[in-house]
Amino acid sequence: RRNRGGLLNQRSFIVTDPERSFPGQRSRSPRRKWQLLPGRNRFYCDGRIMMARQTRVFYLTLVLILLTCGLFFTFDCPFLASHLTPAIPAVAGVLFVFVMATLLRASFTDPGVLPRATPDEAADLEGPTGEGVLNPPPRSREVLVNGQTVRLKYCFTCRMFRPPRASHCSLCDNCVERFDHHCPWVGNCVGRRNYRFFYLFILSLSFLTLFIFAFVITHVIIRSNRTGFLSALKDSPVVVCFFSIWSIVGLSGFHTYLISSNQTTNEDIKGSWSTKRGKDNYNPYSYGNILTNCCAALCGPLPPRSGLLLSTTVLASSPPSPLPPLPPLPPLPAPPPPLSPPPLLPLPLSPPLLPPPPLLPLPLSPPPLPPPPLLPLPLSPPLLPPPPPLL
Amino acid sequence: MATEFHNLQELRHSASLANKVFIQRDYSEGTTCRFQTKFPSELESRIERTLFEDTVKTLNNYYAEAEKIGGQSYLEGCLACTTAYLIFLCMETRYEKVLKKIAKYIQEQNEKIFAPRGLLVTDPIERGMRVIEISIYEDRGSSGSSSGSSSVSGSTAR
Repeated sequence: RRNRGGLLNQRSFIVTDPERSFPGQRSRSPRRKWQLLPGRNRFYCDGRIMMARQTRVFYLTLVLILLTCGLFFTFDCPFLASHLTPAIPAVAGVLFVFVMATLLRASFTDPGVLPRATPDEAADLEGPTGEGVLNPPPRSREVLVNGQTVRLKYCFTCRMFRPPRASHCSLCDNCVERFDHHCPWVGNCVGRRNYRFFYLFILSLSFLTLFIFAFVITHVIIRSNRTGFLSALKDSPVVVCFFSIWSIVGLSGFHTYLISSNQTTNEDIKGSWSTKRGKDNYNPYSYGNILTNCCAALCGPLPPRSGLLLSTTVLASSPPSPLPPLPPLPPLPAPPPPLSPPPLLPLPLSPPLLPPPPLLPLPLSPPPLPPPPLLPLPLSPPLLPPPPPLL
Repeated sequence: MATEFHNLQELRHSASLANKVFIQRDYSEGTTCRFQTKFPSELESRIERTLFEDTVKTLNNYYAEAEKIGGQSYLEGCLACTTAYLIFLCMETRYEKVLKKIAKYIQEQNEKIFAPRGLLVTDPIERGMRVIEISIYEDRGSSGSSSGSSSVSGSTAR
């Protein structure tokens, strides 16, 4: 299927072929552009919501957060509100809303997927030989970015040279701009367009977990004045809380460091800008000062989705008309030849040392009786696809 | 031999696509969107170098304006964050506004400058901001004068 370079009519978002008489032949059923996107993404709400293929871990994240906060609000807040101050549930409520909003926004936003090269573009890069067989271009191309040499790799799947800082995610099968990592907890890649939401999510989640942890401890202490410390303590899984807090707070710290030095997780792990590689090696994207780097990452302009304009873009599929000779493209080699490093790290987000599951501290159960076991409340079955957020 | 087309409609009716030229991105100043202003050899006989360079430079300026990090973008970012990004239901981001300006500019340039020379510029957003695609059209049918090729009225202004 060749893209004939049709002109996009801005007002009606119908793609027309310049060789067909205008507005004459429109074919049978208009389709949406996002439906034609290759890659292993899932779309909901007519293309407005874009996620990775595996979303089970994302539902787990949702359930853990909702469950823990639910228990906190039900069992601890009444006690704390009456004995201390009602500001506590209020602050917890605000934090909770912020956490959910940023999580949903990070999960549902297009991370900055680069549309694949059109056949004409790919042909231009590859260059025909005499027999009409195309050679793949050289694997990499070097460019000078702010004085530093950066190597651009050729992506065999997307058939283009990746822009600097872009990377191909093998899980989603897309090239993503300013690729950070693929996060299974969030159910999406983290890239240029959703990095700030991801960062605000982990930051606010750290505050929320610390807040809940602190007040659960307070509750235990206050209650232990009446019933004895050990009996109060055995009601709450403090050890579990400690590990989960440590991983989330550690992750926030790590990403704060990345933002302030304007690096991606990918670059940091590979040591692309470390001075160990060479004395003159430096990060060409950094603005030089921490404050500017942070502001640029969090408050910089947010580009809209490339190549899709609005999610309501409608594509009128017209059958390809006979063409003047452009060299015919052979089918792509079925397994793409392996490039030097494997395209991406489909690792979960935590840096290698930290333990995984971010279980949140569970609050105390209601008082009088022999305490029922707190933790193993049966996790509810996976939720339905989440309701479309107000984006 | 350069063919003459009076307007965009005629381009579609009477011309056939001969070739495409791709203007690649210029990364020398970082990852902000900029295109190379190097004049491609395929366009030598089609369009004057200065016109082409002016177009690309204007596009580069527009993109720089869209991606500029300064007071206004910070304000927009902070406002958006405090309203949980709900504000974008009512308001367009600055980037989107500039993209609309760019689309209008490209349309204008196509009508006034490129189509009469048998060329068509595709908006880079269509190609993921990777390239500016310029399609080169040849007059369909005989290589004689193009004015005879269109039975549709030649000089209808849009």
